[in-house]
Amino acid sequence: MLERIPNIDANRSTTDTGFILKRFVRTTLAAVVAVLALPVYSQSLTGTLAKIRDTGTITIGHREASIPFSYLDDKQQAVGYAMDICARVVDAIKAELKLPNLKVVLQPVTSANRIPLLQNGSIDLECGSTTNSVERQKQVAFGPTYFVINVTAAVKASSPIRTLADLNGRTISTTAGTTSVPLLKRYERTSGIDVKEIYGKDHSESFLLLADDRVSAFVMDDVLLAGQIANARNPADFRIIPESLRTEPYSVMLRREDAPFKALVDRTIGGLMKSGEIEKLYAKWFLSPIPPRKVNLNFPVSPALREAFKNPNDQGVQ
Amino acid sequence: MDFDWSVIGGALPYLWKGMQYTLELTAIAALGGLFFGTLLALARLSPIKPLSMFAAGYVNLMRSIPLVLVIFWFFFLVPVILQVAMGYERPPQVGAERTAIITFIMFEAAYFCEIMRAGIQSIPRGQIHAAQALGLNYSQTMRLVVLPQAFRNMIPVLLTQTIILFQDTSLVYVISATDFVGAAAKIAQRDGRLIEMYVFVAIVYFIICFTLSLAVRQLQRKIAVIR
Amino acid sequence: MGISLDWSVFLQELPEGGVFYWEMLLSGLWWTLGVAACSWIIAMLFGSVIGTLRTTDSRVLVFLGNAWVELFRNIPLLVQMFLWYFVVPELVPPLKAWVVAAEPSHAQFLSATLCLGLFTSARIAEQVRAGIQSLPRGQRHAAQAIGLTTAQMYRFVLLPMAFRIIIPPLTSETMNLIKNTSIALTIGLAELTFRTREMGEYTFRFFEAFTAATLVYIAIAMTANRVMALIERRTAVPGYIAGGK
Repeated sequence: MLERIPNIDANRSTTDTGFILKRFVRTTLAAVVAVLALPVYSQSLTGTLAKIRDTGTITIGHREASIPFSYLDDKQQAVGYAMDICARVVDAIKAELKLPNLKVVLQPVTSANRIPLLQNGSIDLECGSTTNSVERQKQVAFGPTYFVINVTAAVKASSPIRTLADLNGRTISTTAGTTSVPLLKRYERTSGIDVKEIYGKDHSESFLLLADDRVSAFVMDDVLLAGQIANARNPADFRIIPESLRTEPYSVMLRREDAPFKALVDRTIGGLMKSGEIEKLYAKWFLSPIPPRKVNLNFPVSPALREAFKNPNDQGVQ
Repeated sequence: MDFDWSVIGGALPYLWKGMQYTLELTAIAALGGLFFGTLLALARLSPIKPLSMFAAGYVNLMRSIPLVLVIFWFFFLVPVILQVAMGYERPPQVGAERTAIITFIMFEAAYFCEIMRAGIQSIPRGQIHAAQALGLNYSQTMRLVVLPQAFRNMIPVLLTQTIILFQDTSLVYVISATDFVGAAAKIAQRDGRLIEMYVFVAIVYFIICFTLSLAVRQLQRKIAVIR
Repeated sequence: MGISLDWSVFLQELPEGGVFYWEMLLSGLWWTLGVAACSWIIAMLFGSVIGTLRTTDSRVLVFLGNAWVELFRNIPLLVQMFLWYFVVPELVPPLKAWVVAAEPSHAQFLSATLCLGLFTSARIAEQVRAGIQSLPRGQRHAAQAIGLTTAQMYRFVLLPMAFRIIIPPLTSETMNLIKNTSIALTIGLAELTFRTREMGEYTFRFFEAFTAATLVYIAIAMTANRVMALIERRTAVPGYIAGGK
């Protein structure tokens, strides 16, 4: 009986819904909007830069537990490598639009909601640990690659699991909305192993499932695993499997078909790479003690990332 | 099993910020819900057919779908809907916190409407006839005769609903807004101290809600004596 | 970005292949109904017992019954869900051992069902108590006068009447229970709302996915309403209460 719902809808609900929706909106939402006094934008301008100029505000989507890219420190402020890079982009926007008092609003996002929130205008720029993939490029655009990761798994140090194939028959955690989810499913199919998944809302929750022995492994990007382990009560209790499901580039995420804004982002981040300034930011977050626990990740620049710094590009992984 | 309750002490300022948002959201949603709920109730009881049908449809819709789903609806679609409705060039910026406020006002309006309707219908018809006999029009009858009494009948129920609302606001967790539960969950996950945090949160909610519900019962008894 | 709708999205396959989106939503619906049915049974059992205890003459039983109701009623359901899923297994080692070994969805199902069942039991207990106390005192006295024991009095006189009276509020508690199952998504249970959001994330067709889920929830609510109305009509005592409306 339920299978029929899509068909019924396809035949007649489209216009009905549109009509009811419009009426519903006009009659009730109008009043709410008036109460909340949302800004009314001018009609002639388009693109993120124009929007920023009109509103005097940029909204940055950040993560809460993507250590050390974008996460909450001990004072619950969003900090990290990606946040520092985005701060440079914000500086460039201030200069470009001559808006020294540009207001920066921070909006926490999760792996699962970052793309819809970017698309629906809730955020203008996402600064976190987002994999640039060809699949996602159909929905959004990316800046130059600022990190390169390997998808792998973290396990307890005492665990008998040595390779990814050892995960067969185990329960693992991963974070909802990440590229690791389809990747893991593909790996299961091609290698004939069977894995049961629990999806955490964010990396910290997925990691906690591992720390509390609810799962045998946490499948995620190696650097994020290292970040979670560094932040754990007992980092020596965990180890990362030296294998890779796939190598993926990270970047900031912005809306598609927005050439002026994309150019500014590319120019700014590419400039950091060309001038070598990116090395300083890198050293600050990956080779020095970081908040909240003052642990050093000791994650040197990989050859793939070295290459990306030399030739800034926004190529997504297939 | 090792417990470390000191994590709560260190997190208190952040938790308090979360609680402030929870209280703010509850207050705004209760007042907004009351306002729109009253309008909806009047529409539902009005003799104008399309108006009462719209109100009834809206209330039944809101009451038959889960609050979590309503929150998702508003969270992803409010910007788009506003854009279409207002004819904006692009979707307006509505963050999680503001979406939550809109959502809860719209959602609570349906529940407050039902409470109001019951309250208004509890006023004997004879009083309305008496008001009409005195020459009062519809709005005067409502404003001067029915609503003041109806409100008094409804106060305990409205307050109980507000306590439920206070608990329900915790569901903004699903859109990562930082309310009391959201703040606690973030700290709990960061520090790996789920047990201590969630038990603490449960105790705080229990103390607040239990005290308030005792107060409401007290008030109910007082009102009952007067009548 | 305007609203352009594509309802054929339900007939598309998931990226992993082999499964259609409508099947994904349907699998979520089964979990929703499963959790709702099991927790309804728990809620009715505990709710009836606790509600009855609160009307007895024993001060201890009344206190325990009241404590039960206040405990479950004054903590947000979301927090209770977290307690059952994250906290309780950590405090009960054998349960923890089971949770680790079990299929993850089974552990989530158990937590969600217990949580919702006990939460709702407090609300049902409140209705049962009110139903029993709304009966004329004379019924209790009459039952005692013809020599029924306390248990017989509840079994044959008070409860059959009380349950008939409270069918309308039980209907709305049942509907609340079904809606509340969606909160289980916060512990990762792949019920209907979870699947709906997941479908939105995969396809970016939030409007279509949410519309489908909304229609399904409305259908469930209407069905539950009809079933309870039927029960009400079937069990009505002629001449006692006129349908409860």
